[in-house]
Amino acid sequence: MSPRPVDSFRGFGVTLRQIFKKPITQQYPEYKRPLYPRFRGRHRLWRHANGMEKCVGCSLCAAACPADCIRVVAEENTAENRVSPGERYARIYEINLSRCIFCGYCELACPFDAITLEQEFEISEYSRDDLIYTKDMLLAEPIKRVPVADRDLYDTPVPAYQTRS
Amino acid sequence: MNEPWWIDAIKAVVIVNLLLGMFAYMTWVERKLIGRMQQRYGPNRAGPFGLLQPIADLVKLIRKESFFPATAVDILYITAPMVSAATALAAFSVIPFGAGWHVWHYDISGEIMNVSISLIFIFALGSLGIYGFIVGGWASDSKYALLGSMRTCAQLVSYEVALALSVLGVVLMAGSLSLVDIVERQQDTIWYAVPQLVGLLVFFAAGTAETNRPPFDLPEADTELVAGYHTEYSGMRFGLFSMAEYVNMITLSGLCVTLFFGGWIGPWSPLGPLWFLLKVLILIFLFIWLRATLPRLRYDQLMAFGWKVLLPLATVNALVTAALVVAFR
Repeated sequence: MSPRPVDSFRGFGVTLRQIFKKPITQQYPEYKRPLYPRFRGRHRLWRHANGMEKCVGCSLCAAACPADCIRVVAEENTAENRVSPGERYARIYEINLSRCIFCGYCELACPFDAITLEQEFEISEYSRDDLIYTKDMLLAEPIKRVPVADRDLYDTPVPAYQTRS
Repeated sequence: MNEPWWIDAIKAVVIVNLLLGMFAYMTWVERKLIGRMQQRYGPNRAGPFGLLQPIADLVKLIRKESFFPATAVDILYITAPMVSAATALAAFSVIPFGAGWHVWHYDISGEIMNVSISLIFIFALGSLGIYGFIVGGWASDSKYALLGSMRTCAQLVSYEVALALSVLGVVLMAGSLSLVDIVERQQDTIWYAVPQLVGLLVFFAAGTAETNRPPFDLPEADTELVAGYHTEYSGMRFGLFSMAEYVNMITLSGLCVTLFFGGWIGPWSPLGPLWFLLKVLILIFLFIWLRATLPRLRYDQLMAFGWKVLLPLATVNALVTAALVVAFR
């Protein structure tokens, strides 16, 4: 039906009623909305249960990265210095988070489940150099600041071939 | 009234400061209220409930780079916002906000200056303020500013006519052009909003267009012609233009209250300014409500509305009022 002149005045009633309804804004730092379990945040390098790093320095993640932000320099595992179960380990492993697009291809490419994307997204820094994360920063446990929604409710079951120790 | 000049000076200082404070906190009220009407919070980070937001905005404006276009005409570019802001503030000097008081042995009248033609004085100052907008846009030496200022001035000049005609009914009923007399007459008879309802509606619509408020804010909306006449202004010069617009709004609300809603008339007479302030706040709430609800009028719709709707209505209102006043003399 075509609009009548009285409809403009009913619009005033709508705005007046809205004053008394509660706003739907979520105030961010006080209330953090829970993330889905597969949220792609900051990267993390994993270790085995016995303390050895999973990453063997194969550079498949660097090859898969569309933004070309991973730098891997491998080194032979010697008898005295055995870092990873395999022939080589990653001596230098750096990710430039200012270039990363958080697509998750590195996680999909890794054959050893060494790198995954965790749920930390509050990684702002004041200078671009601080955003280049080195291996020890990536190995460290991410600071849990944002709640994550329940995995059993919101996610499909973890497939058998993917371990997360 | 035999009033020493220094009481007028004190009143002037107090009123100007109150107006400036009210301008700052009116921006806060507008942002919070429009936020609530749109189901969101307004600013609530700068201080409790965002009450320090106007201070934050002020500091931002002062610290901004106040650039100066190289080809702008210097003296006009700098004085244009000053003219607008000064006339906007000066128009408040004849609005009565209280009955007189008698303190010790001094008589303090309810307005800063009582002129016998105070209504014409306010309209004259409003027209002078338009000079600020014209000159500001032209002196910026930018095609968008020029076009925007031409649009603004065409709009303001058109709605001035309807504005002035709409108060003719009030003047005829009160028999005087002085705002003090108009308020005092409303004390004896009824508030003029009741017999002059058409005049009130025309005055309010023309006033909204006169102060560039939505829905008539096409010349200065952000999506149109960059920003109209204040495109090339930044920092505190832009703050002056913004202040001129908001103080114009407050002055127009004050004028509307004085002419149609009885000014300072309220239950207890010495508390006159309080009733005046309450009525002005209600009118400002109406302005903000209009902004939150209505979409913008296109420019040709705007000009058509001013000339083809408001002007005939105001004229007919004046004629009918004149006929009735003579008939019931």
